[in-house]
Amino acid sequence: MIKYIARKLLLMIPLLIGLTLIVFMIIHLAPGDPVDLMVGPNVTPEVHENVRKSLGLDKPLYIQYFTFLKNILKGDLGTSILKRVPVSELIVECFPVTLKLGIMSLILSFAIAIPIGIQAAIHRNTPVDYLSMTFALLGISIPTFGLGLLLLYFFAYKLGWFPVSGHESFKHLILPVFTVGLTDAAVTARMVRSNMLEVMGEDYIRTARAKGLNERVVINKHALKNALLSVITLLGMRMGWIFGGSVILETVFSIPGLGRLMIDGIFARDYPVVQGSMLILGASVLTGNLIADILYAVVDPRIKY
Amino acid sequence: MREEYAIDKFKTKRIHVMDGYADRHVLDKPYRDSGITGVYERSEVDQLQDDVQQGYAYRRWGALKPLLSNRGAVFGLIVILIFVLMAIFAPYIAPRPYDEIDLPNMLRAPSQEYPFGTDEHGRDIFSRIIYGARISLKVSMLAVCFSMIIGITLGALAGYFGGVVDFIISGITDIVWSFPVTLLAIAFVAALGPSLNNLILALALTGWTGFARLVRGEFLSLREKEFVKAAIAQGIPNGKILFRHMLPNALAPIIVMMTMELPKAIIVESSLSFLGLGAQPPIPSWGSIMSGGRSYLLEAPWIFFFPGFIMALLVLAVNLFGDALRDALDPKLRD
Repeated sequence: MIKYIARKLLLMIPLLIGLTLIVFMIIHLAPGDPVDLMVGPNVTPEVHENVRKSLGLDKPLYIQYFTFLKNILKGDLGTSILKRVPVSELIVECFPVTLKLGIMSLILSFAIAIPIGIQAAIHRNTPVDYLSMTFALLGISIPTFGLGLLLLYFFAYKLGWFPVSGHESFKHLILPVFTVGLTDAAVTARMVRSNMLEVMGEDYIRTARAKGLNERVVINKHALKNALLSVITLLGMRMGWIFGGSVILETVFSIPGLGRLMIDGIFARDYPVVQGSMLILGASVLTGNLIADILYAVVDPRIKY
Repeated sequence: MREEYAIDKFKTKRIHVMDGYADRHVLDKPYRDSGITGVYERSEVDQLQDDVQQGYAYRRWGALKPLLSNRGAVFGLIVILIFVLMAIFAPYIAPRPYDEIDLPNMLRAPSQEYPFGTDEHGRDIFSRIIYGARISLKVSMLAVCFSMIIGITLGALAGYFGGVVDFIISGITDIVWSFPVTLLAIAFVAALGPSLNNLILALALTGWTGFARLVRGEFLSLREKEFVKAAIAQGIPNGKILFRHMLPNALAPIIVMMTMELPKAIIVESSLSFLGLGAQPPIPSWGSIMSGGRSYLLEAPWIFFFPGFIMALLVLAVNLFGDALRDALDPKLRD
């Protein structure tokens, strides 16, 4: 298992290099001179040149990349052009909000999806199955921001149960968490169902039944445990989606999280902010996947390599 | 001399038998390994092959038959067709131009004149939604087609050549696969600047990993098949083997994946347009109409509601059709 975890950790290296390359190229793929984009046309050539130098844009591309990597390792993500504060400070401010939202949504999503998916699989081709899968199908057909707007309209504006925006109290978080949790639960429930169905078709389940075991014992003791194992791999996958979706959700609910920071940065052409928040969002996705992989190895003794 | 033919176990190839040899196989012992099941007269072989051809035709199109008895699939297909027609004939169906600003009539509630109400510039939501179908379908279909082309090419190369080629391509695929599509697409749009074409490009450059993984797996197993080995032995050029011999055999799962990727692309397009990173005003993407409704949630909920409802309807239809198609075409995925 140590070997397996070590391998997974080693695999993070190319992934992180890939991530930094993607983040690095954001500024270089932009059409036109990045300095022009950042400072605007109304500056003296001297200022222009100084900005170029301070960003290191006068050096060859690969040196720029290595400087970029070095700075990241030092924890220096550059300075926001708009707000003139270090990007790392902005991120430290915004990240906890996104993380809190993400983790709560993930918990809600799995709390809904696991029982529904399992029940649907056990009662396959019965009304229970059809009903839950119909809801799941509706859930995957509604975009997150659409459901967000709908919940916002009914529960915040019409009924006034929840505040319209903000993130300070628990009450502020309920609507956004439900929005992500519900849409994500739909996807997860479908996956849990097919995982469970797959396990139910295994030989050891047939053996357990052939032994004359009670169907409840077969499901709870034999099938459920194995189906839940594969659910852990889903955890990592869904974590990525939830962090990716945070960008959209934070815009709907005006939550000052990392996704909002990034979108504002894109419109303000504040490239260091965009790069910094993209880097942290991407790294959180990768960390999520890694945690899920390790967790999987810990709970499943079959993984040895 | 009596004309004799052997026939392989799939009954698709007929092999001329001469002097106890069928092709290169001696007909006593090894012919079992080559899958040859017997030696027949010409008329018998003709009869056998006719039956088999009919069987194949049935298998290929017969697989699609359950689709027509699946209510969800039929509903999905009809809705998809309606949307396609709506997109094509938008100028004839829409009562007003999508960008006609009419300030005295701003934020009108749905009525006979404006079935879905008007937005903050007095534009008719109904007309904008109809034109929006063009954007949604164009972006998602082009994006999925481009990702399919990228994915098939890379996956085929990786699966067929293996070795270093496979290592490099799979490595890149895994890296791109690790990040959520939304996040990557935003990165590309952030770099290239927000526009509809850049959005299509971004979706194509990020959505191909699923196709690449699928095609690589299919080609890995196809490569071990007799007919591919035979093609290689005959010295047929690699390109022809890849696309003429192998690709048609991997088509069913690719089509299934296409219908599964389409709704995702529709949702990502509308999400990015909602953020302002896709269609730019006054282009009426469903996402950008809804984004306008965000500021008038209480006064004019119809601005966000109708485009959202229409989009969910289309996505639901494609999902229903895709699920049924998967069950019909891809027995591996059937539970």
